[in-house]
Amino acid sequence: MCLAIPVEVREVLPDEMARVTLDGVSKMISTALIDDVRPGDYVILHVGYALTKINPEEAERTLALIQEAAMGNAT
Amino acid sequence: MKYIDEYRNGRLTHDIARQIASTADPARSYHFMEFCGGHTHVISRYGLEDLLPDNVRMVHGPGCPVCVLPIGRIGAAIALAMRPEITLCTYGDLMRVRDRNGWSLLKAKAAGADIRMVYSTLDALRIAEAEPQREVVFFAIGFETTTPPTALALKTAIARKLGNFSIFCNHVVTPAAIHSILESPDVREFGTIKIDGFIGPAHVSAVIGTKPYEFFAEKFRKPVVVAGFEPLDVIQAVLMLLRQINDGRHVVENQYIRAVTRLGNVKAQAEVANFFEPRESFEWRGLGELRLSGLRLRPQYAAYDAEKRFSMVTFRAEDNPACECGSILRGVKKPADCKLFGRVCTPDTPIGSCMVSSEGACAAHWTYGRFRTKARQSDAGRAVA
Repeated sequence: MCLAIPVEVREVLPDEMARVTLDGVSKMISTALIDDVRPGDYVILHVGYALTKINPEEAERTLALIQEAAMGNAT
Repeated sequence: MKYIDEYRNGRLTHDIARQIASTADPARSYHFMEFCGGHTHVISRYGLEDLLPDNVRMVHGPGCPVCVLPIGRIGAAIALAMRPEITLCTYGDLMRVRDRNGWSLLKAKAAGADIRMVYSTLDALRIAEAEPQREVVFFAIGFETTTPPTALALKTAIARKLGNFSIFCNHVVTPAAIHSILESPDVREFGTIKIDGFIGPAHVSAVIGTKPYEFFAEKFRKPVVVAGFEPLDVIQAVLMLLRQINDGRHVVENQYIRAVTRLGNVKAQAEVANFFEPRESFEWRGLGELRLSGLRLRPQYAAYDAEKRFSMVTFRAEDNPACECGSILRGVKKPADCKLFGRVCTPDTPIGSCMVSSEGACAAHWTYGRFRTKARQSDAGRAVA
Protein backbone atom coordinates (compact mmCIF):
# COMPACT_ATOMS: atom_id res chain seq x y z
CA MET A 1 0.00 0.00 0.00
CA CYS A 2 2.83 2.38 0.80
CA LEU A 3 4.87 1.26 -2.18
CA ALA A 4 5.98 4.14 -4.33
CA ILE A 5 8.30 4.40 -7.28
CA PRO A 6 11.03 6.79 -8.39
CA VAL A 7 10.01 8.61 -11.56
CA GLU A 8 11.69 11.33 -13.60
CA VAL A 9 10.02 14.72 -14.01
CA ARG A 10 9.92 15.60 -17.73
CA GLU A 11 7.73 18.70 -17.68
CA VAL A 12 6.45 21.01 -14.97
CA LEU A 13 2.80 21.92 -15.62
CA PRO A 14 0.44 24.56 -14.18
CA ASP A 15 -1.67 23.91 -11.04
CA GLU A 16 1.14 22.04 -9.26
CA MET A 17 1.11 19.19 -11.76
CA ALA A 18 3.93 17.56 -13.70
CA ARG A 19 4.44 15.07 -16.48
CA VAL A 20 6.71 12.22 -15.40
CA THR A 21 8.12 9.15 -17.07
CA LEU A 22 8.98 5.69 -15.84
CA ASP A 23 10.60 3.32 -18.27
CA GLY A 24 8.99 5.14 -21.17
CA VAL A 25 5.52 5.32 -19.62
CA SER A 26 4.33 8.90 -19.28
CA LYS A 27 1.95 10.06 -16.56
CA MET A 28 0.52 13.27 -15.12
CA ILE A 29 1.01 13.60 -11.37
CA SER A 30 0.46 16.18 -8.64
CA THR A 31 3.49 17.94 -7.18
CA ALA A 32 1.45 19.87 -4.58
CA LEU A 33 3.25 18.17 -1.68
CA ILE A 34 6.77 19.23 -2.69
CA ASP A 35 8.49 22.49 -3.59
CA ASP A 36 10.77 23.60 -6.37
CA VAL A 37 10.27 20.79 -8.89
CA ARG A 38 12.34 20.92 -12.06
CA PRO A 39 12.62 18.77 -15.17
CA GLY A 40 15.24 16.10 -14.57
CA ASP A 41 14.37 15.74 -10.88
CA TYR A 42 13.46 12.27 -9.67
CA VAL A 43 10.52 12.08 -7.28
CA ILE A 44 8.92 9.28 -5.27
CA LEU A 45 5.46 8.74 -6.78
CA HIS A 46 2.65 7.37 -4.63
CA VAL A 47 -1.04 7.21 -5.66
CA GLY A 48 -0.64 10.04 -8.14
CA TYR A 49 1.32 12.41 -5.89
CA ALA A 50 5.01 13.16 -5.58
CA LEU A 51 5.84 12.54 -1.91
CA THR A 52 9.44 13.68 -1.89
CA LYS A 53 12.37 14.38 -4.17
CA ILE A 54 15.19 11.86 -4.44
CA ASN A 55 18.47 13.36 -3.38
CA PRO A 56 20.96 12.20 -6.03
CA GLU A 57 24.03 12.80 -3.83
CA GLU A 58 22.54 10.71 -1.00
CA ALA A 59 21.59 7.99 -3.48
CA GLU A 60 25.23 7.80 -4.59
CA ARG A 61 26.41 7.85 -0.99
CA THR A 62 24.08 4.93 -0.14
CA LEU A 63 25.54 2.86 -2.97
CA ALA A 64 29.06 3.72 -1.80
CA LEU A 65 28.16 2.67 1.77
CA ILE A 66 26.65 -0.57 0.47
CA GLN A 67 29.84 -1.29 -1.51
CA GLU A 68 31.90 -0.64 1.62
CA ALA A 69 29.64 -2.83 3.76
CA ALA A 70 29.85 -5.63 1.20
CA MET A 71 33.63 -5.52 1.50
CA GLY A 72 33.43 -5.75 5.27
CA ASN A 73 33.99 -2.12 6.24
CA ALA A 74 31.71 -0.52 8.83
CA THR A 75 28.73 1.38 7.41
CA MET B 1 15.30 1.91 -14.16
CA LYS B 2 17.27 4.54 -12.31
CA TYR B 3 17.13 4.38 -8.50
CA ILE B 4 15.68 0.86 -8.68
CA ASP B 5 18.01 -1.47 -10.59
CA GLU B 6 21.19 -0.44 -8.77
CA TYR B 7 19.56 -1.40 -5.45
CA ARG B 8 18.70 -4.88 -6.74
CA ASN B 9 22.26 -6.09 -7.28
CA GLY B 10 22.26 -9.79 -6.34
CA ARG B 11 26.03 -10.09 -5.94
CA LEU B 12 26.18 -7.17 -3.49
CA THR B 13 23.17 -8.55 -1.61
CA HIS B 14 24.98 -11.88 -1.15
CA ASP B 15 28.17 -10.05 -0.10
CA ILE B 16 26.28 -8.14 2.59
CA ALA B 17 24.58 -11.35 3.70
CA ARG B 18 28.07 -12.84 4.23
CA GLN B 19 28.99 -9.80 6.32
CA ILE B 20 25.83 -10.33 8.36
CA ALA B 21 26.82 -13.95 8.96
CA SER B 22 30.26 -12.92 10.17
CA THR B 23 28.91 -10.03 12.28
CA ALA B 24 26.18 -12.04 14.05
CA ASP B 25 27.30 -13.47 17.37
CA PRO B 26 26.74 -17.24 17.09
CA ALA B 27 26.07 -17.42 20.83
CA ARG B 28 22.88 -15.37 20.58
CA SER B 29 19.85 -14.86 18.38
CA TYR B 30 18.54 -11.66 16.80
CA HIS B 31 14.91 -10.89 15.96
CA PHE B 32 14.09 -7.84 13.89
CA MET B 33 10.57 -6.68 13.13
CA GLU B 34 9.93 -5.12 9.76
CA PHE B 35 6.92 -2.99 10.56
CA CYS B 36 5.90 -2.21 7.01
CA GLY B 37 4.08 -4.54 4.62
CA GLY B 38 6.21 -3.21 1.77
CA HIS B 39 9.27 -4.64 3.50
CA THR B 40 7.46 -7.92 4.23
CA HIS B 41 6.76 -8.25 0.51
CA VAL B 42 10.38 -7.48 -0.48
CA ILE B 43 11.78 -9.93 2.09
CA SER B 44 9.57 -12.72 0.72
CA ARG B 45 9.91 -11.81 -2.95
CA TYR B 46 13.71 -11.75 -2.94
CA GLY B 47 14.13 -14.58 -0.46
CA LEU B 48 16.14 -12.37 1.87
CA GLU B 49 15.40 -14.53 4.93
CA ASP B 50 17.15 -17.44 3.23
CA LEU B 51 20.30 -15.33 2.96
CA LEU B 52 20.36 -14.64 6.70
CA PRO B 53 22.00 -16.95 9.20
CA ASP B 54 19.65 -19.08 11.31
CA ASN B 55 20.15 -16.89 14.39
CA VAL B 56 18.99 -13.71 12.56
CA ARG B 57 15.23 -13.84 12.04
CA MET B 58 12.67 -11.40 10.70
CA VAL B 59 9.35 -10.89 12.48
CA HIS B 60 6.57 -9.55 10.27
CA GLY B 61 4.73 -6.56 11.75
CA PRO B 62 1.28 -5.03 11.29
CA GLY B 63 2.21 -2.38 8.74
CA CYS B 64 -0.24 -3.32 6.01
CA PRO B 65 -3.23 -0.95 6.14
CA VAL B 66 -5.51 -3.35 4.25
CA CYS B 67 -4.67 -6.08 6.76
CA VAL B 68 -5.36 -4.01 9.88
CA LEU B 69 -8.62 -2.42 8.66
CA PRO B 70 -11.37 -3.92 10.85
CA ILE B 71 -14.00 -5.81 8.89
CA GLY B 72 -16.71 -3.68 10.49
CA ARG B 73 -15.40 -0.72 8.50
CA ILE B 74 -15.48 -2.79 5.31
CA GLY B 75 -19.08 -3.74 6.13
CA ALA B 76 -19.96 -0.07 6.61
CA ALA B 77 -18.39 0.82 3.25
CA ILE B 78 -20.31 -1.97 1.50
CA ALA B 79 -23.59 -0.86 3.11
CA LEU B 80 -22.92 2.69 1.96
CA ALA B 81 -22.02 1.60 -1.58
CA MET B 82 -25.30 -0.31 -1.88
CA ARG B 83 -27.24 2.97 -1.58
CA PRO B 84 -28.44 4.02 -5.05
CA GLU B 85 -27.17 7.60 -4.91
CA ILE B 86 -23.63 6.63 -3.84
CA THR B 87 -20.53 6.16 -6.00
CA LEU B 88 -17.81 4.65 -3.83
CA CYS B 89 -14.24 5.23 -5.03
CA THR B 90 -11.61 2.92 -3.58
CA TYR B 91 -8.02 1.81 -4.02
CA GLY B 92 -7.90 -1.62 -5.63
CA ASP B 93 -6.27 -3.19 -2.55
CA LEU B 94 -9.61 -3.15 -0.71
CA MET B 95 -11.80 -4.82 -3.30
CA ARG B 96 -11.50 -8.41 -2.06
CA VAL B 97 -11.58 -7.94 1.73
CA ARG B 98 -14.62 -9.75 3.14
CA ASP B 99 -16.98 -8.38 5.77
CA ARG B 100 -18.60 -10.50 8.48
CA ASN B 101 -21.23 -11.75 6.01
CA GLY B 102 -18.65 -12.85 3.46
CA TRP B 103 -19.35 -9.87 1.24
CA SER B 104 -16.63 -7.82 -0.40
CA LEU B 105 -16.66 -4.63 -2.44
CA LEU B 106 -16.09 -6.84 -5.48
CA LYS B 107 -19.23 -8.83 -4.68
CA ALA B 108 -21.20 -5.66 -3.99
CA LYS B 109 -20.08 -4.26 -7.35
CA ALA B 110 -21.24 -7.45 -9.06
CA ALA B 111 -24.56 -7.03 -7.28
CA GLY B 112 -24.99 -3.59 -8.82
CA ALA B 113 -23.34 -1.16 -6.39
CA ASP B 114 -21.52 1.73 -8.07
CA ILE B 115 -17.99 1.01 -6.86
CA ARG B 116 -15.03 2.30 -8.83
CA MET B 117 -11.39 1.41 -8.40
CA VAL B 118 -9.20 4.49 -8.59
CA TYR B 119 -5.44 4.92 -8.69
CA SER B 120 -5.50 8.30 -6.99
CA THR B 121 -7.73 10.74 -5.11
CA LEU B 122 -7.33 12.89 -8.24
CA ASP B 123 -9.48 10.32 -10.10
CA ALA B 124 -12.16 10.45 -7.40
CA LEU B 125 -12.26 14.25 -7.68
CA ARG B 126 -12.60 14.00 -11.47
CA ILE B 127 -15.56 11.62 -11.07
CA ALA B 128 -17.24 14.01 -8.60
CA GLU B 129 -16.81 16.91 -11.02
CA ALA B 130 -17.97 14.96 -14.06
CA GLU B 131 -21.05 13.49 -12.33
CA PRO B 132 -22.55 16.16 -10.07
CA GLN B 133 -25.76 14.13 -9.67
CA ARG B 134 -23.84 11.33 -7.87
CA GLU B 135 -22.68 11.36 -4.24
CA VAL B 136 -19.01 10.44 -4.62
CA VAL B 137 -17.38 8.97 -1.50
CA PHE B 138 -13.67 8.24 -1.34
CA PHE B 139 -12.83 5.21 0.83
CA ALA B 140 -9.64 6.52 2.43
CA ILE B 141 -7.26 4.05 4.06
CA GLY B 142 -3.55 3.93 4.67
CA PHE B 143 -0.71 5.08 6.84
CA GLU B 144 1.03 8.45 6.76
CA THR B 145 2.15 7.85 3.16
CA THR B 146 -1.40 7.85 1.86
CA THR B 147 -2.92 10.50 4.15
CA PRO B 148 -1.47 13.63 2.47
CA PRO B 149 -3.10 12.76 -0.89
CA THR B 150 -6.44 12.48 0.93
CA ALA B 151 -5.85 15.84 2.63
CA LEU B 152 -5.11 17.46 -0.74
CA ALA B 153 -8.25 15.93 -2.25
CA LEU B 154 -10.28 17.51 0.54
CA LYS B 155 -8.51 20.83 0.01
CA THR B 156 -9.30 20.71 -3.72
CA ALA B 157 -12.93 19.71 -3.13
CA ILE B 158 -13.39 22.67 -0.80
CA ALA B 159 -11.68 25.07 -3.22
CA ARG B 160 -13.83 23.86 -6.14
CA LYS B 161 -16.98 23.76 -3.95
CA LEU B 162 -17.62 20.11 -4.81
CA GLY B 163 -20.72 19.53 -2.71
CA ASN B 164 -21.06 15.91 -3.86
CA PHE B 165 -17.62 14.72 -2.64
CA SER B 166 -16.90 13.22 0.77
CA ILE B 167 -14.38 11.01 2.53
CA PHE B 168 -14.82 7.83 4.56
CA CYS B 169 -11.69 8.24 6.63
CA ASN B 170 -9.81 5.20 7.96
CA HIS B 171 -6.31 6.65 8.02
CA VAL B 172 -4.03 5.34 10.75
CA VAL B 173 -0.69 6.38 12.21
CA THR B 174 2.47 4.34 12.56
CA PRO B 175 3.90 5.40 15.94
CA ALA B 176 0.78 4.26 17.82
CA ALA B 177 1.06 0.78 16.32
CA ILE B 178 4.76 0.44 17.13
CA HIS B 179 3.98 1.62 20.67
CA SER B 180 1.23 -0.98 21.04
CA ILE B 181 3.59 -3.76 19.94
CA LEU B 182 6.30 -2.69 22.35
CA GLU B 183 3.80 -2.31 25.21
CA SER B 184 2.00 -5.57 24.47
CA PRO B 185 2.16 -8.33 27.09
CA ASP B 186 3.57 -10.65 24.37
CA VAL B 187 6.68 -8.50 24.26
CA ARG B 188 6.89 -7.11 27.78
CA GLU B 189 5.69 -9.94 30.04
CA PHE B 190 5.48 -13.29 28.30
CA GLY B 191 8.41 -12.94 25.94
CA THR B 192 6.28 -14.63 23.27
CA ILE B 193 7.71 -12.18 20.80
CA LYS B 194 11.34 -11.26 20.95
CA ILE B 195 12.09 -8.02 19.15
CA ASP B 196 15.63 -6.72 19.25
CA GLY B 197 15.16 -3.94 16.73
CA PHE B 198 12.94 -2.47 14.05
CA ILE B 199 13.27 -1.83 10.36
CA GLY B 200 11.39 1.44 10.01
CA PRO B 201 9.03 2.10 7.10
CA ALA B 202 10.35 3.72 3.92
CA HIS B 203 7.70 6.03 2.58
CA VAL B 204 5.85 6.64 5.82
CA SER B 205 9.20 8.00 7.01
CA ALA B 206 9.55 10.11 3.85
CA VAL B 207 6.49 11.96 5.18
CA ILE B 208 6.95 11.90 8.98
CA GLY B 209 10.76 11.78 9.07
CA THR B 210 12.92 9.69 11.38
CA LYS B 211 12.33 11.89 14.45
CA PRO B 212 9.14 10.11 15.71
CA TYR B 213 11.12 6.86 16.20
CA GLU B 214 13.66 8.47 18.54
CA PHE B 215 11.22 8.10 21.44
CA PHE B 216 10.97 4.30 20.93
CA ALA B 217 14.68 3.86 20.54
CA GLU B 218 15.21 5.75 23.80
CA LYS B 219 12.32 4.48 25.93
CA PHE B 220 12.39 0.82 24.89
CA ARG B 221 16.13 0.67 24.15
CA LYS B 222 15.50 -0.79 20.68
CA PRO B 223 17.46 0.26 17.62
CA VAL B 224 15.49 1.45 14.59
CA VAL B 225 16.85 1.61 11.05
CA VAL B 226 14.63 3.28 8.46
CA ALA B 227 15.14 1.43 5.17
CA GLY B 228 14.19 1.76 1.52
CA PHE B 229 12.08 -0.81 -0.30
CA GLU B 230 14.72 -2.49 -2.45
CA PRO B 231 16.46 -5.72 -1.41
CA LEU B 232 19.85 -4.05 -0.92
CA ASP B 233 18.22 -1.43 1.29
CA VAL B 234 16.66 -4.06 3.53
CA ILE B 235 19.74 -6.28 3.82
CA GLN B 236 21.90 -3.25 4.61
CA ALA B 237 19.41 -2.22 7.30
CA VAL B 238 19.71 -5.68 8.89
CA LEU B 239 23.50 -5.28 9.01
CA MET B 240 23.14 -1.82 10.56
CA LEU B 241 20.79 -3.21 13.24
CA LEU B 242 23.19 -6.06 14.00
CA ARG B 243 26.08 -3.67 14.43
CA GLN B 244 24.05 -1.45 16.74
CA ILE B 245 23.15 -4.40 18.95
CA ASN B 246 26.68 -5.75 19.01
CA ASP B 247 27.92 -2.27 19.98
CA GLY B 248 25.23 -1.93 22.69
CA ARG B 249 23.65 1.05 20.92
CA HIS B 250 19.95 1.77 20.40
CA VAL B 251 19.50 4.80 18.19
CA VAL B 252 17.56 5.70 15.06
CA GLU B 253 19.62 5.34 11.90
CA ASN B 254 18.53 6.24 8.40
CA GLN B 255 19.52 3.87 5.60
CA TYR B 256 17.09 5.53 3.16
CA ILE B 257 18.90 8.86 3.08
CA ARG B 258 18.08 9.40 -0.59
CA ALA B 259 14.42 10.02 0.26
CA VAL B 260 14.09 10.44 4.05
CA THR B 261 15.23 13.23 6.36
CA ARG B 262 14.93 13.60 10.12
CA LEU B 263 12.00 16.03 9.88
CA GLY B 264 10.31 14.49 6.82
CA ASN B 265 8.03 16.32 4.41
CA VAL B 266 6.91 19.27 6.53
CA LYS B 267 4.57 20.55 3.81
CA ALA B 268 2.72 17.22 3.70
CA GLN B 269 2.53 17.10 7.50
CA ALA B 270 1.00 20.59 7.56
CA GLU B 271 -1.66 19.64 4.99
CA VAL B 272 -2.62 16.59 7.07
CA ALA B 273 -2.77 18.65 10.29
CA ASN B 274 -5.01 21.24 8.58
CA PHE B 275 -7.73 18.74 7.77
CA PHE B 276 -7.37 15.80 10.17
CA GLU B 277 -7.27 15.30 13.92
CA PRO B 278 -6.51 12.19 16.01
CA ARG B 279 -9.37 9.93 17.09
CA GLU B 280 -9.44 9.03 20.78
CA SER B 281 -9.07 5.44 19.72
CA PHE B 282 -9.40 3.32 16.59
CA GLU B 283 -9.86 -0.41 16.12
CA TRP B 284 -7.10 -2.35 14.36
CA ARG B 285 -7.81 -5.80 13.06
CA GLY B 286 -5.72 -8.20 15.10
CA LEU B 287 -4.56 -5.57 17.59
CA GLY B 288 -7.85 -4.25 19.01
CA GLU B 289 -8.49 -0.65 20.03
CA LEU B 290 -5.38 1.51 19.94
CA ARG B 291 -5.37 4.94 21.55
CA LEU B 292 -4.73 7.93 19.26
CA SER B 293 -3.97 5.60 16.38
CA GLY B 294 -6.47 6.82 13.80
CA LEU B 295 -7.43 10.10 12.16
CA ARG B 296 -10.76 11.76 11.40
CA LEU B 297 -11.76 14.93 9.60
CA ARG B 298 -11.74 18.04 11.77
CA PRO B 299 -15.28 19.12 12.84
CA GLN B 300 -15.32 22.16 10.52
CA TYR B 301 -15.19 19.76 7.55
CA ALA B 302 -18.15 17.64 8.72
CA ALA B 303 -19.92 18.29 5.39
CA TYR B 304 -17.16 16.28 3.69
CA ASP B 305 -17.09 13.53 6.33
CA ALA B 306 -19.01 10.56 4.90
CA GLU B 307 -19.50 9.02 8.36
CA LYS B 308 -21.44 12.08 9.53
CA ARG B 309 -23.01 12.98 6.21
CA PHE B 310 -24.54 9.55 5.65
CA SER B 311 -24.92 8.55 9.34
CA MET B 312 -22.74 5.51 8.72
CA VAL B 313 -22.88 2.73 11.29
CA THR B 314 -19.89 0.49 12.00
CA PHE B 315 -20.50 -2.83 13.73
CA ARG B 316 -17.71 -4.52 15.61
CA ALA B 317 -17.15 -7.84 13.93
CA GLU B 318 -15.06 -10.80 14.95
CA ASP B 319 -12.76 -12.62 12.58
CA ASN B 320 -13.24 -16.26 11.69
CA PRO B 321 -12.29 -18.01 14.97
CA ALA B 322 -9.87 -20.35 13.19
CA CYS B 323 -8.02 -17.43 11.57
CA GLU B 324 -4.64 -16.62 13.12
CA CYS B 325 -4.23 -13.20 11.47
CA GLY B 326 -4.35 -11.42 14.82
CA SER B 327 -1.37 -13.38 16.13
CA ILE B 328 0.43 -13.10 12.79
CA LEU B 329 0.00 -9.30 12.73
CA ARG B 330 1.57 -9.10 16.20
CA GLY B 331 4.44 -11.35 15.17
CA VAL B 332 3.40 -14.12 17.60
CA LYS B 333 2.74 -16.70 14.87
CA LYS B 334 3.83 -17.30 11.29
CA PRO B 335 1.49 -17.89 8.32
CA ALA B 336 2.21 -21.63 8.18
CA ASP B 337 1.06 -21.93 11.82
CA CYS B 338 -2.53 -21.21 10.75
CA LYS B 339 -4.59 -24.26 9.86
CA LEU B 340 -6.57 -22.26 7.27
CA PHE B 341 -3.39 -21.22 5.41
CA GLY B 342 -3.21 -22.66 1.91
CA ARG B 343 -6.31 -24.79 2.46
CA VAL B 344 -9.41 -22.63 2.50
CA CYS B 345 -7.45 -19.38 2.78
CA THR B 346 -5.50 -18.43 -0.36
CA PRO B 347 -5.11 -15.12 -2.24
CA ASP B 348 -8.04 -16.20 -4.46
CA THR B 349 -10.27 -16.93 -1.47
CA PRO B 350 -8.86 -14.91 1.43
CA ILE B 351 -10.45 -15.65 4.81
CA GLY B 352 -8.10 -13.53 6.87
CA SER B 353 -6.74 -10.05 6.34
CA CYS B 354 -3.10 -11.11 5.93
CA MET B 355 -4.04 -13.03 2.77
CA VAL B 356 -5.95 -10.19 1.10
CA SER B 357 -3.19 -7.75 0.26
CA SER B 358 0.02 -8.76 -1.49
CA GLU B 359 1.79 -7.02 1.40
CA GLY B 360 0.16 -9.24 4.00
CA ALA B 361 2.44 -11.78 5.65
CA CYS B 362 0.27 -14.73 4.52
CA ALA B 363 -0.06 -13.60 0.89
CA ALA B 364 3.69 -12.95 0.69
CA HIS B 365 4.42 -16.38 2.17
CA TRP B 366 1.89 -18.06 -0.16
CA THR B 367 3.37 -16.39 -3.25
CA TYR B 368 7.06 -16.73 -2.48
CA GLY B 369 7.80 -18.45 0.80
CA ARG B 370 6.01 -21.81 0.84
CA PHE B 371 8.13 -23.23 -1.97
CA ARG B 372 11.29 -22.45 -0.05
CA THR B 373 9.81 -24.07 3.06
CA LYS B 374 9.07 -27.21 1.03
CA ALA B 375 12.56 -27.16 -0.47
CA ARG B 376 14.12 -26.86 2.97
CA GLN B 377 11.99 -29.75 4.26
CA SER B 378 12.96 -31.99 1.34
CA ASP B 379 16.65 -31.02 1.76
CA ALA B 380 16.38 -31.94 5.44
CA GLY B 381 14.71 -35.23 4.48
CA ARG B 382 17.51 -36.06 2.05
CA ALA B 383 20.10 -35.20 4.69
CA VAL B 384 18.45 -37.62 7.15
CA ALA B 385 18.22 -40.34 4.49
